[in-house]
Amino acid sequence: MKALAARRHHRFAPAVLLLLALLVTGGVYAALAPSPASADTASTADIETGKKLFQANCATCHGANAEGSPGVPSLVGVGAAAVDFQVSSGRMPMQMSGPQAISKPRQMDEEQTAALAAYVSSLGAGPAIPTDAQVDPADGDIANGMALFRTNCAMCHNAVGAGGALSEGKFAPALWETTPRNIYQAMLTGPQSMPVFNDANVTPEEKQDIIAFLVDQREGSAGGNALGGLGPVSEGLWGWAVGMGVLIGAAVWIGAKSS
Amino acid sequence: MSENKNTPAGTSHEVTATERNTDVVHAERFTDPGLHPHKLRLADTDPQAAKRTERIVTLLFVLSVLGTIGTLVAYVAVPPEGPTSSVRLSTLLLGLGLAVSLLGIGIAGIHWAKTLMSDHEMVQERHPMRSSDETRDGAVADLNVGIAESGIGRRGLLKGAFISALALFPLTIAVPLIGSVGGDWNISKFKHTLWKTGMRLAIDPSGRLIKAADVTVGSVFHVIPDVTQEYRESHEWITEKSKAVVLLVRLKPEDITSEQGEGWSYDGIIAFSKICTHVGCPVALYEQQTHHLLCPCHQSTFDVANGAKVVFGPANRPLPQLPITVDDEGYLVAQDDFAEPIGPSYWERLK
Repeated sequence: MKALAARRHHRFAPAVLLLLALLVTGGVYAALAPSPASADTASTADIETGKKLFQANCATCHGANAEGSPGVPSLVGVGAAAVDFQVSSGRMPMQMSGPQAISKPRQMDEEQTAALAAYVSSLGAGPAIPTDAQVDPADGDIANGMALFRTNCAMCHNAVGAGGALSEGKFAPALWETTPRNIYQAMLTGPQSMPVFNDANVTPEEKQDIIAFLVDQREGSAGGNALGGLGPVSEGLWGWAVGMGVLIGAAVWIGAKSS
Repeated sequence: MSENKNTPAGTSHEVTATERNTDVVHAERFTDPGLHPHKLRLADTDPQAAKRTERIVTLLFVLSVLGTIGTLVAYVAVPPEGPTSSVRLSTLLLGLGLAVSLLGIGIAGIHWAKTLMSDHEMVQERHPMRSSDETRDGAVADLNVGIAESGIGRRGLLKGAFISALALFPLTIAVPLIGSVGGDWNISKFKHTLWKTGMRLAIDPSGRLIKAADVTVGSVFHVIPDVTQEYRESHEWITEKSKAVVLLVRLKPEDITSEQGEGWSYDGIIAFSKICTHVGCPVALYEQQTHHLLCPCHQSTFDVANGAKVVFGPANRPLPQLPITVDDEGYLVAQDDFAEPIGPSYWERLK
C-alpha cells in the first residue's frame, strides 16, 4: 500500500487509473447487460411488453390486433423473422409513407425488437429468426452462392448486390451493409416488393451460400476499384470524363511549344 | 495531253485558266505572313536551365528503369493467388509498374524533344504532283507496247479464261463467309421448346422438382424443365434452356383476373415464359405486391395477375403462359408446350 501511495504522483498514474476504470465499467456492463432474447425463449412477460410496444408504435397503421387495413398488411402469421428484419433494419416503424419503406437507423433496441417479435409470432405461426450458425458466411459455398444469386436475385439486386431500380420509385436496395441475418430473413419473408424464397425453393444451406457470396463481394473486385459495381454508368462516366480528359490534356501538352 | 503539247503555249486552255484563276484568288486573300521570328527557349539561352532539363529527362528514364524492375519484382514476389485482395494487389502493382515504366520513357522522350532538341522552323515547299509530259507520254507508250505484245486483243480464248478466273476467285471467300452466317436456318426450332405434356418443373440451377405445396403465396421460382444432369451439361442444353426458362409465382387465386387459357394455372400457381416478347431479355424482376414483372433491358412491364398483359414499355405481346397442373405425386408438371412461339417477333412467327 505504501508503495502505491508513494507512486500516486507518477506521471503514468492517470493513464493507469483510466484504464482500470474502463476495464471495470466494461466488466460490469458485460455481466449485467441483458442477453438478446430469441423467439424460442419468449416468455409471457416478453409478449406483454411486445404488445404494449406494438400498440404504441405500430397499431396506428397495422391495427390494434395487427389485423392490417387497406394498403397495410396484416401481421398475423408473418413470423418473428419478418418483424426482426423490418424493425432491426429500421424500416419499421415507418417514418413517412412513400414508394417503399426505407432502411434507417433502428428505432427499437435488441430487447424491444425481440419483444415485438415475440408478440407478433404469438398471433400466428410464421418463420422464426435464424440462428447465428445458420447465417454464418464462413460455412457457405461461395461458388454455389454465385450461381443461385445469379438466377434468383441478380436481376433486381445487381450481379454483385449493388442494388437497382424497380418501377415507380421502388428499388432493390444495395446489399453491401446488410447483415447476414437480415439477408436470410429477407429471403425467408419477402419484404415489400421482394418475392418470398421459402426453404423449398432456396434451402437453408443455399441461403447460407448466397450470404457467403454476398459477404465475399464486400472484399471488392480483383480488378481494383469497382466504381460501385454499377456497370456502364459509372464506368462510362469515368472513361469519358477522366480517361478522355487525361488524353486531351496529354495531346495539348505534346503540341504546346516549350517556353 | 497530246492536244496540249501540240497547241502553242499561249493559247493552251488549261494553262491560261489556271494562271488567271491564281491571280484572282491572290488578290482576295491576305498575304502570306511567313514564319514567326524564332523564339529562343530558356534551355537555349541559359546553360543552367539546359543542364536542369537534362537532369529531369535523365531522372524520368531512371524512373522508367525502376518501374520495369518494380514490375518484375512484383511479378515474382506478389503472385495473383489466394484471396481477392492478393489478386487485386498483384494487378495493382503490375499495373503501376507498367505505367511508370512506359510513361517514364514517353514523358522523357517528349520533354527531351520539346526542350533540348533543335526547334528551328523549317519550310519544305510542296512539289507539283503532275509528272512531266515526257514521262506521261513514255508511260502510255510503254503500256501500249505491253498490250500489243501480250496479244490480248488477238487471243480471245485466253482473254475469256483470264476474266473468268478473276471473276470466280472471290467465291472462295464469299461462299464460306455467307454460308456460315447464322449457322442454322431451321426457323421451326423457335416454335417449340423442351416442354411437353407431363414434363415436370424443376428449380434452376439445382434441378430439384417442385411440389405444388412448396410454392407459397408471394413466392417466385425460376424454373427449368426436368432433364437429366448429363443433358444439363451438354451444349444443346444451353440453346434449349434459353427457350424453355419459366417464371413460376403463386398469387391468391382471387387476385388472378385473367389468364391466357382456361385451367392453365393450378390453385393460384401460374407460370410464364421468362423471355421478353420485345427483344428476348430474361424478364425476372418480380414485384410481389403489384404482381408486376419487369424486363431489365427496356422496362417492359407485364401484369402477372392479368394474363401477363403489357402495362408499360416497348413489348407488344403478353409473355406466353405455360399451362401447368400437378401429377398424381403432387409435382408440378406442364400440360403441354407453350401455345405460341416464345420470345421476340420474327417474320415466320405465325406461319
